Amino acid sequence: MTDRRAIDEHRSMENGRPGGTTPWRGSITELGTQMDSYYGRPIVKEPVWAPEVPFYFWTGGIAGAASVLHGLARLSRNHELAKRALVVGAIADTASPLLLIMDLGRPERFLHMMRMFKVTSPMSVGSWILLVSGGASNTAAALELLDPLPVVHKLRPVKWLAELVSFLAGPPLATYTGALIANTAIPVWSEARDELPWLFGASAASSAGAAIAMVTAPEHAGPARRAAVGGSAAALALTFAMEKRLGFVGEVYKEGDARRYGRIAKAATAAGAGLIALRGGRSRAATVLGGALVLGGELALRWSVFRAGFQSAADPKYTVVPQKQRVAERGGGSST
Amino acid sequence: MTDLAQPTGSPAAWPDTYGDEAKPRMGFFTDTSICIGCKACEVACKEWNLIPEDGLVWTGESYDNTSSLNANTWRHVTFVEQRKQMHLDPIDVESGDVATATREGGPQPLRWLMESDVCKHCTHAGCLDVCPTGALFRTEFGTVVVQEDVCNGCGYCVPACPFGVIDRRHLPRQAEDAPLLMDLLGKKEDGRVWKCTLCYDRLKGGHEPACAKACPTNSIQFGELDELRERAGKRLEKLQAERWNGARLYGHDAGDGVGGFGAFFLLLDEPEVYGLPPDPVVPTAHLPRLWKSTALAAAAMFVGLAAAFVGGGE
Repeated sequence: MTDRRAIDEHRSMENGRPGGTTPWRGSITELGTQMDSYYGRPIVKEPVWAPEVPFYFWTGGIAGAASVLHGLARLSRNHELAKRALVVGAIADTASPLLLIMDLGRPERFLHMMRMFKVTSPMSVGSWILLVSGGASNTAAALELLDPLPVVHKLRPVKWLAELVSFLAGPPLATYTGALIANTAIPVWSEARDELPWLFGASAASSAGAAIAMVTAPEHAGPARRAAVGGSAAALALTFAMEKRLGFVGEVYKEGDARRYGRIAKAATAAGAGLIALRGGRSRAATVLGGALVLGGELALRWSVFRAGFQSAADPKYTVVPQKQRVAERGGGSST
Repeated sequence: MTDLAQPTGSPAAWPDTYGDEAKPRMGFFTDTSICIGCKACEVACKEWNLIPEDGLVWTGESYDNTSSLNANTWRHVTFVEQRKQMHLDPIDVESGDVATATREGGPQPLRWLMESDVCKHCTHAGCLDVCPTGALFRTEFGTVVVQEDVCNGCGYCVPACPFGVIDRRHLPRQAEDAPLLMDLLGKKEDGRVWKCTLCYDRLKGGHEPACAKACPTNSIQFGELDELRERAGKRLEKLQAERWNGARLYGHDAGDGVGGFGAFFLLLDEPEVYGLPPDPVVPTAHLPRLWKSTALAAAAMFVGLAAAFVGGGE
């Protein structure tokens, strides 16, 4: 029943559209030769993913970039920052698989993900990355927190190995989700395949930097602040570049939820990054407020991209028009 | 397409993976020019495959009350009412001359197009490529089928299909379903995906699929794909000679974005008129480039974060 209700809701939305570019509505006999879609119905299906998924994109990004920040802080002997980054990463790494399992229609079958490794499925590749990253960062965090115990102290080589593994798994964990959604038939995701992994990587650096800076004393948090500010700037630039380059297909970012979340993302990210850049070095309060704004902004960014996919699927013009254009450019008429 | 776009189960591996059990590739040729919109295919499919009811509503869209292919509709008859000539330069029945009425700006006659849509069983199947569990697989007949005991309801295949065919079933879990191991994390519905199996069970038993069996006009033709393509080519030639308006094959070309359909069509108008994409491309066609871009983005993020330490580690 849910499917039908969604379709009917969509249809009533279509009826209210004031003179769209494709005049497909009207009584069935009036449709006549103008009809260039099947009663305005979608061609590609909307994703069936639940709200857990954009939250996961956000936590997965934080986990991945935090693991990298942790490793780099270790290498530069900033152990205070390293410890905070490790814990932030481990928390995000723990939340991530739970969100993914909740999203499965059959959560008790999560282990079926481990039946194979399949390079044509970014979800399969990502499941393995997440398994490795989560296992490593949680092992490292547990050993770090229990380090005062003599027994655990002897396990230091294990901790170092775990830290190294999570360090290496971080960058792919933070970026593969961009490939995941770009590898679909949803026009606004598929056409953004050159930007999405970069955008998600920048967003990950920004949100991880912000989260770590919030829980670290300002005198140790310099790199985290710079990651938050630099990542935010890159994410903002990439968002604008993506929306501009997408052109017709990117119009969904000017409508509905995608627009609403997109505006929140841009405003909150810019304000938060500005606050951290100007006052973060001196004021813990400014860092906490700025960090919260950046985290909220990056979450809104994930939601904006997520909802844009639904809107892109719901209107068949985004599927049909670029494909017709492609056919015309090839010089082929109809596929006879 | 490059190697990455040739996944397990693609024609590169099929039928070799089946060895002695390999069969010729089977498919459908759906000739919409002789479809009468009786929906016997929809009913036969529902009955044979025990597909649940999915809402009884009147849409007001001609005779179509099923609206789209989805988890609970594996054959879907579309009805298009349009003011368009059935034939170009129609022949006047009485005199045998080319009729002039429509060419002189008179009202266009009404024509009623019907098409029984179905899963395309693509040569490069997006759903199969992205399935992370291996629930979707290519059978010995070259068709694409979901194993319902393996599917974990991740839903990735749903937006990966360029035709919007495969879908998650939104029905409550049944009493006989396996209990939820993690009740808190569970959803209270059957979240697996369903689509046409090209009646895999019937094919195994040497029978034709239920829809083709039930079709009274032979609009749905089942057989070996090579033979069907040949037959479709001849049929198209005949319709073109008879000046049918808009006759074309859709999905017969192995060079298209999905490597040709296992179930292809003869249409009488542009594909989008029937709710079909004009130029479908399997998402994984872009995957080699996408993975490269992702690797670069990952490296760039690493370098960017390292740069954050340049100004001092503290």
